Amino acid sequence: MSQSRFKTFKDLPKEHLLGTGTAMCAGCGGLEALHEIYDILGEKTVIINAAGCMTLLSVYPYTPFRGGWLYTSMASAPAGAQGVRDAMDILLAKGRMSTAEDMETVVLTGDGAAYGMGLSSTSGAIERNLHFLYLCYDNEGYGNTGQQTSGATPHAARTATNRGVVGYPGFKKDLFAIWAAHEPAYVASVIGAEPLDLARKVDLAKNIHGPRLILALAPCPTGWDFEPEETVEIGKLAVQSGVWPLKEYRNGQIKHTKIPKKRIPVEDYLKRQGRFAHLFEPKRNDSLLQEIQTRVDAYWSRFE
Amino acid sequence: MSNHLMLTGNVAAAWGARLAGIDYVPAFPITPQTEIIETLARWIEFGEMEAKFLTLDSEHSMITAAGAAAATGVRVFSATSSQGLLYGMEMLYTVAGWRSPFVLVNVSRGLASPITLEPDHNDIFAARDSGFLQLHCSTCQEIVDGILLAYKMAEDRRVRLPVIVNLDGFYLSFTREPVDIPDADHVAQFLPSFDPFNQGFQAVAPFNEAVAVLGGSSYSYFRYQTHLAAMNAEAVMSECAALFAETFGRQYSAIESYRCDDAEVVFVMMGSFATKAKAAVDSLREAGQAVGLLRPFLFRPFPSKAFREALAGKHGVAVVDQNLAPGLGGVIHTELAAHLYGHSGDKPVLVSFIGGLGGRDIEQEEFFEMAQITQQAADDGHPPPPRLLYTSSELREIKKMQTIALHQGGEKCI
Repeated sequence: MSQSRFKTFKDLPKEHLLGTGTAMCAGCGGLEALHEIYDILGEKTVIINAAGCMTLLSVYPYTPFRGGWLYTSMASAPAGAQGVRDAMDILLAKGRMSTAEDMETVVLTGDGAAYGMGLSSTSGAIERNLHFLYLCYDNEGYGNTGQQTSGATPHAARTATNRGVVGYPGFKKDLFAIWAAHEPAYVASVIGAEPLDLARKVDLAKNIHGPRLILALAPCPTGWDFEPEETVEIGKLAVQSGVWPLKEYRNGQIKHTKIPKKRIPVEDYLKRQGRFAHLFEPKRNDSLLQEIQTRVDAYWSRFE
Repeated sequence: MSNHLMLTGNVAAAWGARLAGIDYVPAFPITPQTEIIETLARWIEFGEMEAKFLTLDSEHSMITAAGAAAATGVRVFSATSSQGLLYGMEMLYTVAGWRSPFVLVNVSRGLASPITLEPDHNDIFAARDSGFLQLHCSTCQEIVDGILLAYKMAEDRRVRLPVIVNLDGFYLSFTREPVDIPDADHVAQFLPSFDPFNQGFQAVAPFNEAVAVLGGSSYSYFRYQTHLAAMNAEAVMSECAALFAETFGRQYSAIESYRCDDAEVVFVMMGSFATKAKAAVDSLREAGQAVGLLRPFLFRPFPSKAFREALAGKHGVAVVDQNLAPGLGGVIHTELAAHLYGHSGDKPVLVSFIGGLGGRDIEQEEFFEMAQITQQAADDGHPPPPRLLYTSSELREIKKMQTIALHQGGEKCI
């Protein structure tokens, strides 16, 4: 990444490609990431979408995208990318399409599809070494239906299906590790609040052949219960607290790309979000807070 | 120049795809369909045909990839059966809405539960409202020809819908029959290379497909478009069949009519089991009874007018459904009734029979009895409730099995 053309904020794209006025919520962290990513990927992209919040980006007769779009289903967006990519390769090989007309196939799904229902078709696409870029906006729940618990929901978060005093009793699935276990071309975690780190990774991914994942944590004002203007700040806290490690996998190696110099306490991140309010009120749940902090510390102790 | 080969129904299906000059085969194995994709995979791997073969992780993914590739502008073929068709059911509806023209072969097999391998039509009829057109084959020759016809219909600009070509597991999939393989030049003349028309993803022509709609008005509009396109397909099929006859010398129509002109009682049956009905018709004719057979080759769109014309003036119709809609009866029976009634003129009495489930044979004696029951119903105007074909000897056998399974007198088995 040292050779990245994105060295300072001044290097970030000046032109913004994604249309505005979409149906996303105010302060959507997923849309924030998508804006930044689309600016770098460019308009020669076909977005293959699975059911989720961003399905509402393209609502007849409008679209914010300058290239292609294909809505598939919740479970099979990577298989849709397979069909599009294979068909374009066939058309290119048989001279029925020029290379100038070629496009990058980009799967765009939320965590509900990426961590759960879509895993079979994702795993299949990676094992077949499909040349595609998977972009997951991870807002840690089935957001489009009102933030029910998904495979990406973190421990203790309150969701529409875990409203009790301990929130969600399970743990967030490690999708980065699931992808990396397939030994794909590239895996990266990003967040819209760190645009330079994101830009370097997307720019790198753009020029690699094979299956690639860009996993964006997507702070979600409606699902996480915070004010829309706090999206960027909460995103930064996710990184600074060590809850969301920014890293990449390439050639069998995992590298952290932005290690917080001194991690802030996890509760500084949690207390800003209504979905964790039950850890602080009416009575502070020290043991649960400590458990969450211990897990984050245990993660980082493997690399320090 | 054409070539005569002894082929199983499955290899005939592979030949249909090969002759159609397909570009892409997304696949997933399932009995009794697997021989189709193995044959295509072998031909492609050894350079006998130029296409891309790919095994997906499921039929759901397979149909997604098939629809997506067709929407991008290549000619696509795929095949499945039974549980696989149902596993991919969400995507059948979805890709039909994309108006992706491609051909999917279904090798009919009964549905779980209980799980089985042998044929009936509950799998394919589960897809009857998906927006796919349906052709139902009764011979191996019809499989090759049906696939070529299916591409011609699917890609017609008045239609632009995917087509399922159905063949029965075991009875056709694994049965060898002599098949005339048309030569490539004639096929190219009948079916030129795929014209993606207004579909495809290209940098120079931004294209958003399958976007969401808000509200019933735009939803209804696009759904109606799919219906109207499917309705166009009946006339398109007649045109394609005429060109097919001109090119290859074989005649096809929406409904095959066998010894029906002067018949008083008519069997209506689909697929390979209809050949059993043909044999019964011959026997009954020899015994002096005016009996015939109608076999729909086209099931979607439903050949409504052709049925009404063919059944005008008939006394009784024995509809033999190789499927079962629990709580209703047979699918063809109810669809036929819906299309015959509501029009002026005398109507034949419809009698419903359920038979051939899970590959259960239908014996000649049973056809004779069905003809007799239907004649009786036509005479007295009182059709009996749907008859479930089962013989006393079968019942004795099942009782024996129940004894072995220690379920004798149990509540689940009667």
